[in-house]
Amino acid sequence: MPEPGEARAAAAPPAADTRAPRPSHLDANLVGLRTLIRREIARILRIWTQTLIPPAITMTLYFVIFGKLIGSRIGSIEGGFTYMQYIVPGLVMMSIITNSYANITSSFFGLKFSHAVEEMLVSPMSNWVILSGYVVGAVVRGLAVGVIVLGIALFFTSLDIQHPFITFASVLLGAIIFSLAGFINAVYATKFDDIALVPTFILTPLTYLGGVFYSIHMLGEPWQAISRANPILYMVNAFRYGVLGITDVNVPIAFAVMLGFVVVLWIVALHLLRRGVGLRS
Amino acid sequence: MTATPALVVDNLRKTYSNGVEALKGISLTVQQGDFFALLGPNGAGKSTLIGILSSLVNASSGDAQVFGVSVQRERSAAMRLIGLVPQEVNFNQFESLFDICVNEAGFYGIPRKLAVKRAEKYLRELRLWDKARMPSRELSGGMKRRLMIARAMMSEPKLLILDEPTAGVDIEIRRSMWEFVSAINQAGTTVILTTHYLEEAEKLCRNIAIIDYGTIIENTSMHRLLAKLDKETFVLDVAAMPEVLPTLDGVVLRRRDEQTLEAEMSRAHDLNSMFAELTAGGIMVTSMRNKTNRLEELFMRLVEDQRQKAA
Repeated sequence: MPEPGEARAAAAPPAADTRAPRPSHLDANLVGLRTLIRREIARILRIWTQTLIPPAITMTLYFVIFGKLIGSRIGSIEGGFTYMQYIVPGLVMMSIITNSYANITSSFFGLKFSHAVEEMLVSPMSNWVILSGYVVGAVVRGLAVGVIVLGIALFFTSLDIQHPFITFASVLLGAIIFSLAGFINAVYATKFDDIALVPTFILTPLTYLGGVFYSIHMLGEPWQAISRANPILYMVNAFRYGVLGITDVNVPIAFAVMLGFVVVLWIVALHLLRRGVGLRS
Repeated sequence: MTATPALVVDNLRKTYSNGVEALKGISLTVQQGDFFALLGPNGAGKSTLIGILSSLVNASSGDAQVFGVSVQRERSAAMRLIGLVPQEVNFNQFESLFDICVNEAGFYGIPRKLAVKRAEKYLRELRLWDKARMPSRELSGGMKRRLMIARAMMSEPKLLILDEPTAGVDIEIRRSMWEFVSAINQAGTTVILTTHYLEEAEKLCRNIAIIDYGTIIENTSMHRLLAKLDKETFVLDVAAMPEVLPTLDGVVLRRRDEQTLEAEMSRAHDLNSMFAELTAGGIMVTSMRNKTNRLEELFMRLVEDQRQKAA
C-alpha cells in the first residue's frame, strides 16, 4: 500500500499495452462495429421468443383470416393474382419494418434507460459506428422475420419472385428506413411509453393505409393523392413489384423516395448522436 | 525533459440548461503515475468534472487534456487513454460478465482474441472468473463494483478514473479493491479517485484536490495537506476511570464514558509527556486511536470555511 506523499511525477512509466500495437482509428472502429453487430444478433437470438416468434404467429393469423377465409370470397384482385398472393408482399414488408423499428427502439432505449449506453458513449467509437451497429442489428431482425413470414406464406400460396434484385433492395431499404426512424425515436424517448407512442399512433395507421391489403386504385380522390404521401406505400409496392411484377406506383420513384428517406434519416440520426441529444448533458 | 501531465484541466466551466453552474472555471494538473484524490461534498461538481473528462457531459467553456490530447477537440483519441469506473452501475444486466468485458474491449478496437485473454486476466484478478458466464444482474453489489473495474481495465488505460468505486462495499472487498488499484498504479497507470471514505483517500492518494460549489478550494499533496492539521483528538480506553480528571499541560481531557477519555491536543504536543502525566495521575491507558480520520477533520474544516466565506 503506498504511503501518502509527493507525486512521483514522471518517474513512473505510463501503462502500456505491450501485447498489441494500438490499432488505427479505422481498424478500431471496424472492431467496434463487429462487436456491436455481434452483440445485437446475440440479443435477438437470446430473446427469440420475443423477437422471432410473435410476428410468425401474428402473420399466420393474417394469412388464415384475410388470405384464406376472407380472401377466398374476394377472388382475383389485380393482375390475375389471388387476394392471398396480393397481400403476401405487403404483410412481409409490414413484418420487416415493424420488427426493424421495434428492435432498435427496445434495444437502444433499454440501454439508455439503464445507463448502459454510457459504455459506448465513453468509448473511442465514432458516432457512425454506433449508428451503423444498431441499424445492422435491426435490419438483421427485420430480414430474419421477413424470411420466416415468407416461409409461412408458402404454406398458404405459391409465389414466383419476378425481380429478385428489386425484391431484396426494397426490403433492405425498408428495413434501414425504419431502423433509422426507430433510432431517432429511442434517442428522444425518456420513458418506455415514448417508444410505444410512435408505433401505435403513426406506424400502424401508415402501414394499414400503405396499400398492404388493397390497391390504391380502389380509392377515389382525394384518398389516392393522400395515400401517395405515405412512405410505406412506396416500400410495399416496390416489394410487390419485385415479387409479383405489379405495382401502384412508379418503381424508380419508389426507390428514389426510399433512398431519400435513408439519406435524410441517417443525417438526422448522426446529428443527434454528435450533439448528444438525450444522451449527453 | 518534463513528461506531459496525465491530465490538465484549464478553466473548465459547466452551466446546465436549468441554469445550475456546476463548475466555475476550475483548473488542475495531475502528473503521470500519480494517485490523485478528488474530494468534495455531494453536489460539489466532482461528477460533472468526471462527466466532462469522459465526454458524457459537454463543457460550457475551457479545456481538458489527457496526456496532451484535448477531450473536446479529439474525443476519440482522448477516450482511448481513459478508463472510467462510474458511480452508478451502468452495464447491461442481461449480459454475462465475460461478454460485458469482451464487448467493452471491442468498443476500444481491441481484437476479440486479445479481448478474451484480457477478460480472463482481469476477471481472475478481481476474483470474478468463477462467475464469468453468469448474468451480471445476479451479482452482489460488491461484485458489480469489481466488474466495473475489470471492464475499465479491458482497454488497459493510461488514466483510470474511479468515481466512488467502494461505495456500499464491505471492508474486506474494499481492501482487496485498494490492493488491486494500488498495484495498477504501481505498474504506471495514473489513477484519479473520488470517494466519501476519506480514510481511503488518505491511504491511497499522494495528491489531492478538494472541490466545493464548483471551485477548487484546495489542491496540494496529501503530505502538505495533513501537515495543516494543527489539532488532533485521541480516544483513550482506560483500565479504571478516576473520580476527578487530572489537568494536563497542553491537553484538554474529557470523559466520554466510564472506560473512555478524549484527549485533544496540538499536533506539536508530544504523546510521551501526556502518557507520563496520565500515569502520574493514576490513569492506565489500555488502547488509543484517533477520534476521526485526520483527513476527515481537515476536509470538514476546509468545506466549512468555504461555506462561511460564501455566506
